[in-house]
Amino acid sequence: MAAYMSAGRSENAFSTHDFVPEWAQEEVSTGTTIMAVEFDGGVVIGADSRTTTGAYIANRVTDKLTPIHDHIFCCRSGSAADTQAVADAVTYQLGFHSIELDEPPLVQTAANLFQQMCYRYREELMAGIIVAGWDKRRGGQVYTVPMGGMIVRQPVSVGGSGSSYIYGFMDSNYKPGMTKEECLHFCTQALALAMERDGSSGGVARLAAITEEGLERRVVLGHQLPKFSNT
Amino acid sequence: MSSIGTGYDLSASTFSPDGRVFQVEYAMKAVENSSTAIGIRCKDGVVFGVEKLVLSKLYEQGSNKRIFNVDRHVGMAVAGLLADARSLSEVAREEASNFRSNYGHNIPLKHLSERVAMYVHAYTLYSAVRPFGCSFILGSYDQDDGPQLYMVDPSGISYGYWGCAIGKAKQAAKTEIEKLQVRILLEPSLRQGKILLNCLICVCYCYQQMKDMTCRELVKEVAKIIYIVHDEVKDKSFELELSWVGEVTNGKHELVPKDVREEAEKYAKDSLEEEDDSDEDNM
Repeated sequence: MAAYMSAGRSENAFSTHDFVPEWAQEEVSTGTTIMAVEFDGGVVIGADSRTTTGAYIANRVTDKLTPIHDHIFCCRSGSAADTQAVADAVTYQLGFHSIELDEPPLVQTAANLFQQMCYRYREELMAGIIVAGWDKRRGGQVYTVPMGGMIVRQPVSVGGSGSSYIYGFMDSNYKPGMTKEECLHFCTQALALAMERDGSSGGVARLAAITEEGLERRVVLGHQLPKFSNT
Repeated sequence: MSSIGTGYDLSASTFSPDGRVFQVEYAMKAVENSSTAIGIRCKDGVVFGVEKLVLSKLYEQGSNKRIFNVDRHVGMAVAGLLADARSLSEVAREEASNFRSNYGHNIPLKHLSERVAMYVHAYTLYSAVRPFGCSFILGSYDQDDGPQLYMVDPSGISYGYWGCAIGKAKQAAKTEIEKLQVRILLEPSLRQGKILLNCLICVCYCYQQMKDMTCRELVKEVAKIIYIVHDEVKDKSFELELSWVGEVTNGKHELVPKDVREEAEKYAKDSLEEEDDSDEDNM
């Protein structure tokens, strides 16, 4: 089964059978909106909660914010299977590395591990990942590892199929030096806008703030999301 | 404390009845036959000094290095069988390079020295191979961890140090390193014939002082220590190899520049003469 995600491509080499509905032949995709923002002292990450197989919503309450280590998370977009597999592999490697070093791992290390796997298997994988977290050396950091396996550190990053609709919002509303609450508000609004327009994004908005103290998770339910149109 | 372990010393896979692995101890003796190398850690970096005995006038000056670059920010000074040391420097280089390739940042020195120590240790387990006959000192400087100094010996153990010495004059060199700041403190009072009683307080004060020195000051002291421990009678001429890594080099490990080295050697030679003179006065 080819799982196909946010990119909106159909790569079905299999023939259709009458006894299996079309959506069951589609790949499970986290057609998605994900984002992460750095602030002084940590990061805020956010994602929608919709997983689709074709037009069917396989899971409307997905958690796309996956812990890789105590203070490092990743936001997953693309094929659900691919991103889960890569995240599991990196979690294992990073855990081992952290024990060897006898200190908490750097966000940069986690991002590099993702990048190496995504680049090496770029032909087989469909995974767009944002790695974000806090470490003692450089504080809050966001690294984006899009499909193809590049890596770049950015103060704010968006990803997934819904991201196309919010680049304008991000560019005009992001200001450096925001506080944690301002970042959370910014993310909520951005996710709400993307979820409104992108068919592959929706459900609830999941947010998390990662700082030295630890993790704080929030969920903004559908009816609580900010509304931007009058209708 | 040497003893012959007849019968139990033929392979590294045999213990002696009193619990020693003689092959490893013999390997350490090989290190003690080599000339001295010292490494000292200060406030903003690490300095290495090696007493390179010149066995032939035909050697090209500056060849036969005893200090290696393992990574941009890591240096390694060796003593013992040089061929073994060179092969270990390649091992260390690969470790550092693989780490950077896998994890995206500089290898922490503690981790590197543990990995290389593990490799050295592996050669002490089997009768098919012999242990490495060299000890080495690893030093690095990095923005986040600051200066670090580790020493690995043929048994495969690694310790972190403020200052350490390996090779034939290691005891004398260690004493000099410990004395380093005491001499500075005592100098004026000695001249007046006073004796400081509480050595313990001095040594603690010393470590405080060593940690406050900068690389530039320390280079001169390292050169002086090598000159002091060099045995003029038994060994002939020697070449002093000095290297450093720290704030002064922006975190890059490199051989000390020519002018700094000459200044350090001059300081070392002058201090030695001064000491000779002061000995004469006392007589």
